[in-house]
Amino acid sequence: MTAALESVPVAFSDAQRASACAHCGSPLTDASGDSDFCCTGCAGAHAIIKGLGLERYYALREKAAPAQVAPEDAVDWVEFVQADVQGTCRAELLVDGLHCAACLWLIERALRAQPGVTQARLSATTRRLTLAWSGPAEKINDFAVLISRLGYKCLPMTADGAERAGNTEERELLRAMGVAGFAAANIMLLSVSVWSGHVGEMGAATRDLFHAISALIAVPAIAYAGRPFFRSAWAALRRGRSNMDVPISIGVFLALVVSLAEVARSGPHAYFDAAVTLLFFLLIGRYLDLRARGFARRTAQRLVAWTLRPVIVLTDQGTCQRPAHRVAVGDRIIVAAGERVPVDGVILDGQSSLDVSLINGETLPQAAGAGSTVFAGTINLDAPLTLRATAVGSSTLLGEIARLMEAAEQGRDRYVRLAERVARWYAPVVHLTAFLSFLGWVFIGDADWRSALLIAAAVLIITCPCALALAVPVVQVVASSRLMRRGILLKSATALERAADIDTVVFDKTGTLTLGQPRLLPEDAADVEALELAARMAARSRHPLCKALHAVRPQVMPLDGVEERPGQGMLLKTPEGEIRLGHARFAGATATSKSEHSELWLARPGHAPLCFRFSDTLRPDAVEVIARLRDKGLRLIILSGDHSTAVSAIAGALNIFEWHAEADPRAKAEMIAALKREGRKVLMVGDGLNDAVALAAADASLSPSSGLDIAQNAADAVFQGGKLSAVEEFLRVSRRSRALAKGNLTLALIYNLFAVPLAIAGFVTPLVAAIAMSSSSILVVLNALRLGAGGRKGATL
Amino acid sequence: MTILLYLIPAALALGFLGMVGFLWALKSGQFEDLEGAGQRILFDDADAELREKRSGMS
Repeated sequence: MTAALESVPVAFSDAQRASACAHCGSPLTDASGDSDFCCTGCAGAHAIIKGLGLERYYALREKAAPAQVAPEDAVDWVEFVQADVQGTCRAELLVDGLHCAACLWLIERALRAQPGVTQARLSATTRRLTLAWSGPAEKINDFAVLISRLGYKCLPMTADGAERAGNTEERELLRAMGVAGFAAANIMLLSVSVWSGHVGEMGAATRDLFHAISALIAVPAIAYAGRPFFRSAWAALRRGRSNMDVPISIGVFLALVVSLAEVARSGPHAYFDAAVTLLFFLLIGRYLDLRARGFARRTAQRLVAWTLRPVIVLTDQGTCQRPAHRVAVGDRIIVAAGERVPVDGVILDGQSSLDVSLINGETLPQAAGAGSTVFAGTINLDAPLTLRATAVGSSTLLGEIARLMEAAEQGRDRYVRLAERVARWYAPVVHLTAFLSFLGWVFIGDADWRSALLIAAAVLIITCPCALALAVPVVQVVASSRLMRRGILLKSATALERAADIDTVVFDKTGTLTLGQPRLLPEDAADVEALELAARMAARSRHPLCKALHAVRPQVMPLDGVEERPGQGMLLKTPEGEIRLGHARFAGATATSKSEHSELWLARPGHAPLCFRFSDTLRPDAVEVIARLRDKGLRLIILSGDHSTAVSAIAGALNIFEWHAEADPRAKAEMIAALKREGRKVLMVGDGLNDAVALAAADASLSPSSGLDIAQNAADAVFQGGKLSAVEEFLRVSRRSRALAKGNLTLALIYNLFAVPLAIAGFVTPLVAAIAMSSSSILVVLNALRLGAGGRKGATL
Repeated sequence: MTILLYLIPAALALGFLGMVGFLWALKSGQFEDLEGAGQRILFDDADAELREKRSGMS
C-alpha cells in the first residue's frame, strides 16, 4: 500500500519540483530536466492558471493534498478489480464529493490521461466511476490516489443484490412506460377519430375497424406494460391483503374484457384508450417514486472505507499485517502516526496525542501515554503507539454505536407513508362502489349484465387513482430536485414527510454549528514576521492547530530540519538557539492564560514567547439562521460531547438557552428519545460518529457533507456547503411539499366526488373518461410544480 | 376512405419505430446518467486530441 502511495508524489514543494511535473506532480520522464512539465497539456494548464493569476491553486492544493491521502484513506482496491483474458482490467468505484460538470470533467480527463486507461466514465447521477485499463490490476491504487489528490474521495462499490434488483426494476418500468406510451398515443389517435365520428358521419364498419386495430395494439401492450401492477396486486391478494395495485389491475383488466366484448358484438363504446392511458400515467408515477427511493438506496450503500485497512500485529516472530476483523483480544498492535486506531485497547508503549472527535466531538487532541485507554476510530496524531487490544470488531465502542444505530433505524422504518395510508382505505371503497353499481344496475336498474358490467368498469376506470398515484411522487420529485439545487441531498424517501411535523431542532456543536476546524484568532495574526516563521515551522505537522496555523500562510515554504516532539510541539535548532512552537510549557512560557481558546506558543532566541490562540468558528450564517428558526417557534437545543465551557460560549453567541455538554453517543440518543416521549417531533443535525445514534433515533435528521460517512448514512439528508441555512430550507421544503401532497390528494378526491356519480349513472363514455383522467392528472402535476417555482421566488416557511 | 389503408399502417409503423428507438436507447444505457448527459455538453475538448498529445509525447 505504502509503495503505491509513494510512487505518486503528494506535495509539490521546491525540493520535489525538480523531478515532478510542476502542474500535475507526475514524475518527469524527461531526464534532461529541461522542462518543468510532464506534457504539453500540463504546461498549457499551468500557463492558463498562471495567466489568470490563480497560482494560489497550487498552494491550496499542496496544503490539501497530504490530508487527502492520509493513511486512513489508503485502501487496497485490487480486490475490486475484474480482469479479463485480454489483460483488460475493469473496476467500478464510487466517487464522493462531486458538485458540478467541472468535477466530472476533471476526474475523467485526469484518468484518461493516465497511460493504459481505455475508459473512464463517471455518472453524475449515481457517482459511479467505470474504469477500464490495460496492465496490472494494482494500477487501481494509483488511480485512487490520483482521485483523492484531485480532492475527491473514492469509496468501494459493492453491487449487492438490492442494488441490482433496483436497477432492473427501474429499467423494466422504463421499458413498460415506453410500450404504454406508444400504445396510448396510437390508440388515442384512433379513438379521437371514433369520437369525432360519433358526431360526424363515420360508418359502423370504419368504427369497428378502428376498435379492432385498437384491440390489437392494446392487448399486447397491456399484457406487457401492466405486469408491474399485476404482479404486485397478485402478491397482495395472495397474502389476503389489498393495495393500490389491486383496483388498478382489476380496473384495467375489466376495461379490456368489456371492450373486447364490445368489439365482438360491434358495440359503440370501447375503453382501450382509457385502459392504456391509465397504465401510462400510473407507470410515470411509479417510475418517479422509484427514482426518489433509488437515490436513498444508492446513498445508503456507502461503506466506511477505513475498516478495510490492514492492521499491523506484533507477534513473537515479528510483525505481520492482518485484516481488522482477524485481530483478537489480547493481540499487540502498532498504530502508526496519522492512522486510525482499529480496536479498543490500552496503550503499552508510546507517547502521542489522539484526535478523539469521532467519539465525543471534542476538537482538541488529547494526550495519551502508556496505560491510557483508546477507542477504535480515534486518530493517532503524533507518534507510533503499541496497544493491547481489549475489544475488537463489533464489541468495540464503535461497534456498539453501529448496533444502537441499527436498532434506532428500525423504529424509523415503520413509518407509514401518506400515500400508503390513503391507499389502505381507498382500495376497498373503490371496489365496493364498483360492485354496488353493478348490482344496482342489474337488480334495480333492470339493465342486462353486459351494460351493467360496462358501467362497473367505467366506475373503476374513473376512480382508478391516476391523479392519486401521481399526487405524491410528483411532489416528491419536485421537492428533491429543488433541495438538490440548494445542495441538499435527500437520502430517505419518507424524510420529507417526517420532517414536516418537526417542532424541535437539536444541534451538535462541533462541525455542525461550527465549521469544526480551529481558526487563528485575527488579533493574534498581527506580528507578520513571527506568524510566517510559525507557519513555516508548522507546515509539516499533522496536528490540527499546526494545520490551522499553516492555513493562515499557506504559501510559505516549510523549514528544513524541524523536529516534531510528540505531544509537545515543533523544534528547530539554529546557530542562534532553539526555536520552539508548541505547548506553553514546551515553549518556556510561564504566563498561561486560562481561556477557552486552544493555544500554540512560539519561542525564539531574543524574543519573548508569543501566543497564538485558536477557536472553532461558527458557520457564517449560524446566528441569523438560529434566530429565524427561533422566530418560527421551534425549540432549539445544543447537544454536544464537548466541555461545557466551549458549549456555553457557542450557546451564548447563538442565544440558545437549552444546551447539554459532555454527552456521549448513548446520552445523546437517550436525550432524543426523552424528547420524543414528551411528544416532540425532533430534527437532529449532526456530523460525527457520536451523533450517529441520535441521528438515527430522531424523527428526521440532517448531516453536513463534511461529516463522517457513518453520520451521513444515518441521516435522512446531507447538505453541502458551509451554510447552516440548509436546515431552514429542508424544513421549509418539507412543510411545503406535505401541504402540496395533501392538496393534491384533496384535488384527486374532489374530482372523484364529481366523476363517480356520473360513472354510476352511466354517463361516462370513453370520451368523458379520457377527458376527466387527463385533466385531473395535469392539474395534479401543475400543482406539484408550484413547489419548484415557489423556491425561486423564495417562499416562506 | 381507402386512403386509411395506407395511413393507418404508416402511422402505426412510425409509432413503432419511435418505440423501438426508445427501447434501444434504454438498452444502450442512455438513460443511466441524465444529469451527466446535460453537463457533458459543456466539455468541448476532444478526447482524440488528448490522446494524440500523449502518444506524441511518449
